[in-house]
Amino acid sequence: MTRKQRRLALIAAGVGVLGIAAALVLTALKDSIVFFNSPTDVAEKHIAPGTRIRLGGLVAPGSLVRGENLAIKFDVTDGKGVINVAYQGILPDLFREGQGVVTEGVLQPGGTFKADTVLAKHDENYIPKEVADALKKQGHWKDDYAKKGGATQGRAQ
Amino acid sequence: MIPELGHYALVLALALALFQGVVPLVGARRGDSALIAVAAPVAVAQFLFVALSFSALAACYVMSDFSVSNVFENSHSAMPLIYRVTSVWGNHEGSMLLWVLILSIYGALVASFGANLPAALKATVLSVQSWIAATFYLFILTTSNPFLRLVDAPFEGRDLNPILQDLGLAIHPPLLYLGYVGCSIAFSFAVAALIEGRIDAAWARWVRPWTLAAWICLTLGIAMGSYWAYYELGWGGWWFWDPVENASLMPWLATTALLHSAVVMEKRDALKVWTILLAILAFSLSLIGTFLVRSGVLTSVHTFASDPTRGIFILAILVLFIGGSLALYAWRAPMLKQGGKFAPFSREGALVFNNLFLTTACATVFVGTLYPLALEALTGEKISVGAPFFNATFGPLFVPLLIAVPFGPLLAWKRGDLLAAAQRLTVAVGVGAVAIAATFVSEGSQPVLAPFGMGLALFVIVGALTDIAERTMLFRIPVGLALKRGIGLPRSAWGTAFAHLGLGLVLLGVTGETQWGSERIASLKPGEKITIRRYDLTFEGTVPRAGPNYRELAARFTVRRGGEVIGIMEPSKRTFATRSMTTTEAALMTRGTGQLYVSLGDPNPDGSIAVRVYHKPLVLLIWLGAVVMAVGGALSLSDRRLRVGAPKPAKGRAAAMQPAE
Repeated sequence: MTRKQRRLALIAAGVGVLGIAAALVLTALKDSIVFFNSPTDVAEKHIAPGTRIRLGGLVAPGSLVRGENLAIKFDVTDGKGVINVAYQGILPDLFREGQGVVTEGVLQPGGTFKADTVLAKHDENYIPKEVADALKKQGHWKDDYAKKGGATQGRAQ
Repeated sequence: MIPELGHYALVLALALALFQGVVPLVGARRGDSALIAVAAPVAVAQFLFVALSFSALAACYVMSDFSVSNVFENSHSAMPLIYRVTSVWGNHEGSMLLWVLILSIYGALVASFGANLPAALKATVLSVQSWIAATFYLFILTTSNPFLRLVDAPFEGRDLNPILQDLGLAIHPPLLYLGYVGCSIAFSFAVAALIEGRIDAAWARWVRPWTLAAWICLTLGIAMGSYWAYYELGWGGWWFWDPVENASLMPWLATTALLHSAVVMEKRDALKVWTILLAILAFSLSLIGTFLVRSGVLTSVHTFASDPTRGIFILAILVLFIGGSLALYAWRAPMLKQGGKFAPFSREGALVFNNLFLTTACATVFVGTLYPLALEALTGEKISVGAPFFNATFGPLFVPLLIAVPFGPLLAWKRGDLLAAAQRLTVAVGVGAVAIAATFVSEGSQPVLAPFGMGLALFVIVGALTDIAERTMLFRIPVGLALKRGIGLPRSAWGTAFAHLGLGLVLLGVTGETQWGSERIASLKPGEKITIRRYDLTFEGTVPRAGPNYRELAARFTVRRGGEVIGIMEPSKRTFATRSMTTTEAALMTRGTGQLYVSLGDPNPDGSIAVRVYHKPLVLLIWLGAVVMAVGGALSLSDRRLRVGAPKPAKGRAAAMQPAE
């Protein structure tokens, strides 16, 4: 092989691998990304039951109900919409009523949300970034109930 | 007084950096040896001032000087001394100061140990290094000054975030920063080579030890962070594909590629233009990592800073260095001469293959990490790209790479014989095939990926050992003689074998943990038991305890196997009063290379407590493998050929030391 042919072969191999990678990325992006929605988004966008989404908002104070066998129910609200979430398992350390939460799961036909993951990731205001944005949109940012629930400290991390 | 001193020292370091960024460069361009000679002492002085500044901040923490805002926000007088020291970098301002401290250490090291570098190249490298330093000093001084005072000094601090009060996390950031910032040396060398418009095999030999050192630190830092997340966050996960983790993985992949391409450049004088590009990319990815973590654009378990002005400042640094270096590359790289030729199936070919797949895998991680940010910025739509995405992209790209790993070292330079290499790998292939079959037989076809994971991992491990066996002629000559040959092998050969062996071990651990790990969740009352994989855990009850700055509720479990008591596990929940935060302290029991893992949920009013129990077979190999890889790196670093400051070989290699022109 001449130098030119060799370089062409190298470039072809590179383009080939990149092509495969691009195909993998595109299919994976189609199949495995999950959209974030607030309870209001769920109502407004008419999200079909069975769609896998991330639902975020504040845990409505007084809504947490613990059942048998680690079954847990609570309401997620963004001040306007409310969705009841069912979850089975252990809640993260940072989960509290009145605080921000992000849950991932599937919307059920009855309107409840069956979560398989509950995240209480947050920034220094105890509110996940997505949730804070959603609340700002609804005009409820820094509302009173965000501060109840025992979080007297401003900084969490 | 002390904080003011620290602040002042940092300003002086900035002044020195600005000086060092200009004068030696002008000297190198003009060939003025007096100006060139300035670079090394100034680099050392710069390091001394940054070290002084850092020590000042550390002193404020140790003495709990709460009149300093940064100490007030992140420390508490009841914290043990070790955590008072580590909280220096447990916050944004302090960690940036650590960042520049490490940068200046590397600068001082190049200045002190780069005696065999051509003077002009060394001066240019130190100048480029200083530009980076200067922008980061400015960043600290203008947006994240750790020395700000409070008007009324409070009596007590606000405590360090409890999940950061941990020894693992104390070591993790410095190690990771040593890795991130270590990439800056290769970057500075690359930019210097582009400025000089000249590059040769000797360049690769100077760059490789620095890259290796950075790579070792990155490897250990990532492993440490992963282990920390595993035992501290209480979910039993060791890799979440969290953007902050990806931010450290991307530079790791790029430096791994750079290490391999630098070998080709050093031995065969080929792939020069590509190696330069990789050096630029590796540091660019480190900067992007710093940006992702430090600017607060992400929400993640790791982010402990958010302030838009900082974000914009770091973004400006990113644009300046990445954009600038790539523009310089586009302008000057075509002038660099092309090196030696090689056949597709050769050691060089194998290393190109390695580079191709590593960089492509790195690109998929890049897309998965930044796509959600870009999408949100452009459309406002919020998405999460999680593990499924990376498993579907990164995974398939790594498989061909892993299959190729054992072949690489067995192929000859220039023109290799793939068939001969395959024949030498018969044993490895055999072991891999037996592992696949044995796994199928003993564990069944569920989970599907497990047998292939085991087979591939053992193929890589035996393949790495095959290389050493071949080189020492083990099994063909008497053992004693083979041993002697083994000692005589270049350390870099051992380094390669260890690094590849470590990779195989990591894969083994990942396969074991993901395919056979099991999880049980239950609500237990005292006296009740939970069973997982032949282990019975009996919940004995809870005990309240008090620590230095927290209270904890510990639960006691007796672990039995086949009726016999094998140990006690005590997971706990800690409450830190200052921040009214609760953390979960998991209990771990090591059995071979597997672990039992117990973490607590919330206690219920009826006396029962939620418990999460995991059995994770082979899980320790994930981190052990990383340590073996790092040992490989260290062995390679100790190779005489690469030793920094080693005297030049008298003959034979002398030709390679001269410029290629």
